[in-house]
Amino acid sequence: MVTGTSVLGVKFDGGVVIAADMLGSYGSLARFRNISRIMKVNDNTVLGASGDYADFQYLKQVIDQMIIDEELLGDGHSYSPKAIHSWLTRAMYSRRSKMNPLWNTVVIGGFYNGESFLGYVDMLGVAYEDPTLATGYGAYLAQPLMREVLEKKPILTKDEARDLIERCMKILYYRDARSFNRYELAIVTEKGVEVEGPLSVETNWDIAHLIRGFE
Amino acid sequence: MAVEFDGGVVVGSDSRVSAGEAVVNRVFDKLAPLHERIYCALSGSAADAQAIADMVHYQLELHSLDMDEAPLVLAAASLVKGVSYKYKEELSAHLMVAGWDRKKGGQVYGTLGGMLTRHPFAIGGSGSSYIYGYVDAAYKPRMTPEECRQFTKNAIALAMSRDGSSGGVIYLVTITKSGAVEQVFLGDEIPKFYDE
Repeated sequence: MVTGTSVLGVKFDGGVVIAADMLGSYGSLARFRNISRIMKVNDNTVLGASGDYADFQYLKQVIDQMIIDEELLGDGHSYSPKAIHSWLTRAMYSRRSKMNPLWNTVVIGGFYNGESFLGYVDMLGVAYEDPTLATGYGAYLAQPLMREVLEKKPILTKDEARDLIERCMKILYYRDARSFNRYELAIVTEKGVEVEGPLSVETNWDIAHLIRGFE
Repeated sequence: MAVEFDGGVVVGSDSRVSAGEAVVNRVFDKLAPLHERIYCALSGSAADAQAIADMVHYQLELHSLDMDEAPLVLAAASLVKGVSYKYKEELSAHLMVAGWDRKKGGQVYGTLGGMLTRHPFAIGGSGSSYIYGYVDAAYKPRMTPEECRQFTKNAIALAMSRDGSSGGVIYLVTITKSGAVEQVFLGDEIPKFYDE
């Protein structure tokens, strides 16, 4: 199956930002190098998925239809990020209980009623919220970096959040063997959703010049 | 990867060492010198490959002191083959031996599975699966040293782009009668191809 690696999420003052690279791996093969793992749910919510890409596409189809149906209702309401997160948690847990999970770990980011939202749901139906989130390898490599920054400065500006994400994406590109140097960024603020991409990190390989042989 | 030309060889490698999905070393030099004009390219288990390279480096040093002359590339390759074959059940590495000697000039030997085979060029490692088509299509006999370097860089760049276990920078060594010249290619110096 085709899989995606880490998804990162960081809250900032006035919104959230999530990021995911554009690679679909087939085992160790970098099979599809230009796919989007982030979807816009509505004007307040975005969703990034790691894990099985086919299951992500199925989820996307289902969620897109939900949004359309809600539009047709025409009652002036739109799904809040928390509502999407809650629904997804139930949906993923239900599938896992039928021994047929959607093989994904999902990050939901949004901004609703003046509040930032950042939530996590995985294929077991485990769900939680946190100011910083990371799935897959990001949990080991990026999460400590993100938490360290927030410990010193609990409320970030949009640019600080973006810089943090970029630093983390660089580390992941160096150290995750299933990553790729092309990623997308989704920023949600009261103004709405902005998906930036494709972006690339600046890499530094200068230390290679110091290496000769292995002794 | 190693390519022979008239008067020497070009040997090249990527620089990624991975433990599953973790990149343990992103700047590892997989081109190990066995002697002044003989190098080997390491692939497979890093520990096993280093162990074999160290053993053969030692054996070749003694051998060349005994003979009081530079060792033959075939001698180095045979020593590598000897270890790889004897311990084939226990080891999980493939070393490609390439270099220059007075007798036969530039030579490339593969030692996969404990065999000994000579080739005009050879590729190995996990990323090699993705470039068999490319090297078969792009190789031409009697290339110049510069063409060989470009061929090697291109092939390795393509493999690095598709194989999750390959990446980092490209190390290149050109071995001739005059000695071995080592080079590193990073970032923008690595050839770019379609990658969407």
